[in-house]
Amino acid sequence: MGQPKTIIEKIWENHVVHREAGKPDLLYIDLHLVHEVTSPQAFEGLRMNNRKVRRPDLTFATMDHNVPTVNREIVRDPISKKQMETLKENCEEFGIQLADMFHPDQGIVHVIGPQLGLTQPGKTIVCGDSHTSTHGAFGALAFGIGTSEVEHVLATQTIWQQRPKTMNVHIIGDLGPGVTAKDLILAIIAKFGVSFGQGYVVEYTGEAIRKLSMEDRMTICNMSIEGGARAGLISPDEKTVEFLKGKRYVPKGKPFDEIAENWLSLATDAGAIYDKTLTINAEEIEPQVTWGTNPSMCVPVSGSTPAISEVENKEEVRRALEYMGLVENQPISSINIDHVFIGSCTNSRLSDLRKAAEIVRGRKVHPNIKRAIVVPGSFLVKIEAEKEGLDQIFKEAGFEWRDAGCSMCLGMNEDIVPPGGRCASTSNRNFEGRQGNGARTHLVSPEMAAASAITGHFIDVRKFQEVFQ
Amino acid sequence: MHGHEKIERQSYDLNMLTSIIIFGITSDLFHLFKEVYIMEAMQYHKGLVYPLNRENVDTDQIIPKQFLKAIERTGFGKYLFYNWRYNDDGSPREDFTMNDKKYNGASIILAGKNFGCGSSREHAAWALLDYGFRVVIAPSFADIFYNNALKNGILPIMLEPLIIQDWMEKAERDSFTLAVDLEAQTITDEEQVIKFDIPTYHKEKLVNGWDDIDLTLLLKDKIEAYEQNRQFV
Repeated sequence: MGQPKTIIEKIWENHVVHREAGKPDLLYIDLHLVHEVTSPQAFEGLRMNNRKVRRPDLTFATMDHNVPTVNREIVRDPISKKQMETLKENCEEFGIQLADMFHPDQGIVHVIGPQLGLTQPGKTIVCGDSHTSTHGAFGALAFGIGTSEVEHVLATQTIWQQRPKTMNVHIIGDLGPGVTAKDLILAIIAKFGVSFGQGYVVEYTGEAIRKLSMEDRMTICNMSIEGGARAGLISPDEKTVEFLKGKRYVPKGKPFDEIAENWLSLATDAGAIYDKTLTINAEEIEPQVTWGTNPSMCVPVSGSTPAISEVENKEEVRRALEYMGLVENQPISSINIDHVFIGSCTNSRLSDLRKAAEIVRGRKVHPNIKRAIVVPGSFLVKIEAEKEGLDQIFKEAGFEWRDAGCSMCLGMNEDIVPPGGRCASTSNRNFEGRQGNGARTHLVSPEMAAASAITGHFIDVRKFQEVFQ
Repeated sequence: MHGHEKIERQSYDLNMLTSIIIFGITSDLFHLFKEVYIMEAMQYHKGLVYPLNRENVDTDQIIPKQFLKAIERTGFGKYLFYNWRYNDDGSPREDFTMNDKKYNGASIILAGKNFGCGSSREHAAWALLDYGFRVVIAPSFADIFYNNALKNGILPIMLEPLIIQDWMEKAERDSFTLAVDLEAQTITDEEQVIKFDIPTYHKEKLVNGWDDIDLTLLLKDKIEAYEQNRQFV
């Protein structure tokens, strides 16, 4: 037994192809996920230089950002259409497996990776998408890269990376009833800010994390980038093994038992030292709602927007309140919404939809809501949800039930919030204009989004049941 | 208005990424290559400064999503900070200082901490470059943006907030220029010379305009050996 190590160090050491003093390490990449928005220029670069994709077998592509979530066969925007056609042509030319928008494996790239078992503990995973950190839930080292880096990985199956510092975000105690993984990660970002993770890979630890399902763990790791960390991960355990068992790209039978044992051995050793540790008490966390234009501008649903005189970044807060059409000291529960979006790589998996459906069941979307949509994370999630009748629950309540894609998280397709519209959204970014030019986004959990769809304003989902019984 | 005309700027081709230039590389390390495709090399840059006095400028602001559908790397400059620069009817917004004529031709941008946070879109770097920015100075950068900038020949420089604030005020008042010497790792204003840090590895690549993939492919044997010896997990 050597020195105790973190999972981050173990995965890193397993992937160093080349190391030289004064330079970043050259790391091998086990899985490269590709989508239509950040890849065309990379493929073009390969063509211009007469290069091939080194490992098409370790590369997997899908369409998610531009795909229509209704009437899929009609892509009205010719530029969107061209971008998706380009991905198809590139995948054919370079021999890459593609789940196009009519393929049963299609979905948001960060939803389908785990669902197919492509995502596995110990792997290095990259994608030209900042929410690649999602895959860290399985104990993989997964991070978003730019298009030049996409081209580099396509050509070499490696990437130059500065060895990151390690951070332990330790959660003390348990989350209370009605308080979700989404509330936990929002509370972490609210407490430590949008750049606490800069230069670090974050590992989330503590009993509360162990108790979370794999899908909830993905929600946590997904938003690591919103805290400035390129990667966030969770050490694998029996839940990880159980989730992956039987998935298409995971070995079966005896090889599975062997690989599962290896996976578990990757977990951070007792006594391993991190460069930094932050702690947060889960018991104190309430359901969260963002009020501003970055994810750290977030308070408990029982709270209010800040008083400008009491904050340091006065100008930033003033501008955020103005953009959001809110005033200082405004109670969150007084904010009326007119759009609801349940979806995105943060919260569009089956368990998210189940939890939202529980709130919605037998109730009606408030008449002030102009549009409430549910967008499953993948075609498979959609089918499974329909088997359980979740689509009926949503539709009877007045939600639209859509096909899989990134949709209203960023509105690259037609699913946008109009100027001045106000959306309770289960997505990950409340930046200005994110869901549409002039749109106002409030980030919440699926349960909170569902409850506010019914009441037309934000309400503590824990009180919701009593109010409506 | 006439301030910027006096400014001496390195001449460069806005469309340099499409009209990629073929350079000969003579370094000892890379004698293997007679010719490689490279980004524009950068040693020295002097330019007009635009002060963007905001923190946490995210890549959704640098280039909004509706402009990410293109399959080229060029032409994004006109969409830079689009929602901040333009009203819904396409007219320039008076409340956004970049629209002030005195910043016409600016090539150095000063900004608050955590510049380039959010989405990994390299379109943000392409838009800055296409508009004419070659240097971004901020107290800190989001990791992905930092890399994306370097890959495109934009120099991201981290400096103390106090220095940046001082320059911000100067650039808000008057036409203000800075001279960046990458080789010497200095920035010079009228009064002082400030040193800045940049990892040697990045500096070498920027100064020489080396292509990352070419450098990596020199290690092809090691990649092959890794693949052969690989104990999966």
